[in-house]
Amino acid sequence: MRPPIRDIAVVAFAQSDHLRTTDEMSEVEMLMPVLHEVLAATGLKTADIGFTCSGSSDYLAGRAFSFTMALDGVGAWPPISESHVEMDGAWALYEAWTKLLTGEADTALVYSYGKSSPGSVRDVLTRQLDPYYVAPLWPDAVALAALQAQSLIDAGETDESALAGVAARSRAAAADNPHAQLRGADVPHGDYVVNPLRTGDCPPIGDGAAAVILAAGDRARELCERPAWIRGIDHRIEAHSLGVRDLTDSPSTRLAAERAGVFERPVDTAELHAPFTSQEVVLRKALRLGEDVTVNPSGGALAANPMMAAGLIRIGEAAARIHRGESRRALGHATSGPCLQQNLVAVLEASEEASEGENR
Amino acid sequence: MTTAPQPEVLRAPLVVEFPFTRSLGPVQSAFLTGLRHRTVLGVRTTDGKTLVPPVEYDPVTADELRDLVEVADTGTVTTWAWNPEPRRGQPLDTPFAWILVKLDGADTALLHALAAPGPDAVHTGMRVRVRWAGERTGAITDIACFEPYDGGPGQTSPAPHTGTFDEDPVTGIVAEARLDYTYSPGGAQSRYINALADNRTVGERCPSCHKVYVPPRGACPTCGVATTDQVEVGPAGTVTTYCIVNVKAKNLDIELPYVYAHIALDGADLALHGRIAGIPYDQVRMGLRVEPVWTEGGRYPDHYRPTGEPDADYDTYKELI
Ligand SMILES: [Zn+2]
Repeated sequence: MRPPIRDIAVVAFAQSDHLRTTDEMSEVEMLMPVLHEVLAATGLKTADIGFTCSGSSDYLAGRAFSFTMALDGVGAWPPISESHVEMDGAWALYEAWTKLLTGEADTALVYSYGKSSPGSVRDVLTRQLDPYYVAPLWPDAVALAALQAQSLIDAGETDESALAGVAARSRAAAADNPHAQLRGADVPHGDYVVNPLRTGDCPPIGDGAAAVILAAGDRARELCERPAWIRGIDHRIEAHSLGVRDLTDSPSTRLAAERAGVFERPVDTAELHAPFTSQEVVLRKALRLGEDVTVNPSGGALAANPMMAAGLIRIGEAAARIHRGESRRALGHATSGPCLQQNLVAVLEASEEASEGENR
Repeated sequence: MTTAPQPEVLRAPLVVEFPFTRSLGPVQSAFLTGLRHRTVLGVRTTDGKTLVPPVEYDPVTADELRDLVEVADTGTVTTWAWNPEPRRGQPLDTPFAWILVKLDGADTALLHALAAPGPDAVHTGMRVRVRWAGERTGAITDIACFEPYDGGPGQTSPAPHTGTFDEDPVTGIVAEARLDYTYSPGGAQSRYINALADNRTVGERCPSCHKVYVPPRGACPTCGVATTDQVEVGPAGTVTTYCIVNVKAKNLDIELPYVYAHIALDGADLALHGRIAGIPYDQVRMGLRVEPVWTEGGRYPDHYRPTGEPDADYDTYKELI
């Protein structure tokens, strides 16, 4: 792909602890500590931020315009340059990245949050389906993922014990992640929720928030010792009708990855937003990830899946690996819609490569 | 002024119901009208594929599609998932299989439910047929579900269809939805609501700019920090602005016209809103001093009435309008 016209990096990342319920906190009360943490990491104040973009969904809380309340936690007065997507925060990050590319801002705050605990997220997600032919049948999120899992099993691409292995590896990796909701090797694989998926194949349902700060060029170098330079981002979507798609593959992920430059050089780390074990099988294939790539060292969405934040967290976790010097080239992926309908892929790189890139 | 205590968590049921009325295009209209007539229609793409369920624009090429064909009500399962615990709204209330089924003559699959005794009775590639609903209204639920079927594929080349049926075509659907939530207002609003139960109004002060927010939401929108210090405000306050309401709201037992006002309670840096009564509607004015009137067992002030004090000076409340 063509190199971006400005170098833009993730310079800070913060997330809440992800919990099954957070009844004692409103969304803004849950979000605020995360915003303060990410700002403190850079020393920036709200007034220093050039652009703010957030992601959330009113359907989780059951209230219209719930994101406007969350804005109080940002300090939106005097007026700030702000935008919102009714999607995972990964797409808010995409919007912020394009804003920085235009040169209209040098820094951006991206945050997202979701409280799934007030409602039944399996049912809530049925409302994002085709309202004419599908939503009236109320197929829940696990049912649709299970159809995809069975397709993979029929195609010989996985089996139930391999899926259990994905679950065990993810939660074992999350043992070191203090924010994760389900962690450690002893999380039981459980009974069938919708065959062939068992509780262990499904993400935990919970509440959480995340925030990222982006900065361009020298501003990024001032704010962060090891910026995670965004070398490319792209997102693609497939037909909404499940019966039109090959559920064993994810052409939208592959195309997004291609356009983001994933295949130009190998990545060492991939944070994949695969809420169901079977979806990791699909994504590994679409992204051509070999066994040498560290996949979801954070535990991924199987360890914590706060709706609307889990995708942003994948990019944040990938960036944090670069900040800590544990990765040189990492991939962050986010998904939205049933059975991996829409996918976003970002490529992040450590500064060594970045300095070569300066003179392009 | 006290540091806000952590309240007991308040919870209340919150039901969101909505009947979206949606209009149909020509292809969707024909498909749903067809279901009412026990007929399944698909649509031909420009490259000769038959899409069932049909759509008006090709998902690959975006070509406009209008070429309707009739397909069989029998088909083959392309993938499935056993649902041991049906949920509200789903097609069957006993355990069933979700299936994607390719109807004979179609090239794409339809999502629906399959009635079967258990997961052992279901497999990819099995033959199924439509079980029609007794009463059909022109909706996807006119297919009650699918059931196992012994026969092989019959007529597999789809027959052209005009898409017209005798009676009135279905031109719209009502997409009924209901979602159930348990609402919890969080810390700041719980403290506010709990105080109201004692006929007190409390705000919370920003530790940075010292503004007192009523009702508090937990954050100062100017400073972006938590409001932590609880402050009792009022009970009296000043009308900062108002309007006269001439339209009766549903289920509201208040005589028209009435006055709805912004009221800055004493000690608050933000006006809240309430109804003004105990004074003719056309005598309400900016600066009027008012106090809350609580009814027996009321969980918030029923309305505000004049205190009889002289009006507040404009300069004392102009920042709060
Ligand atoms: Zn303040």
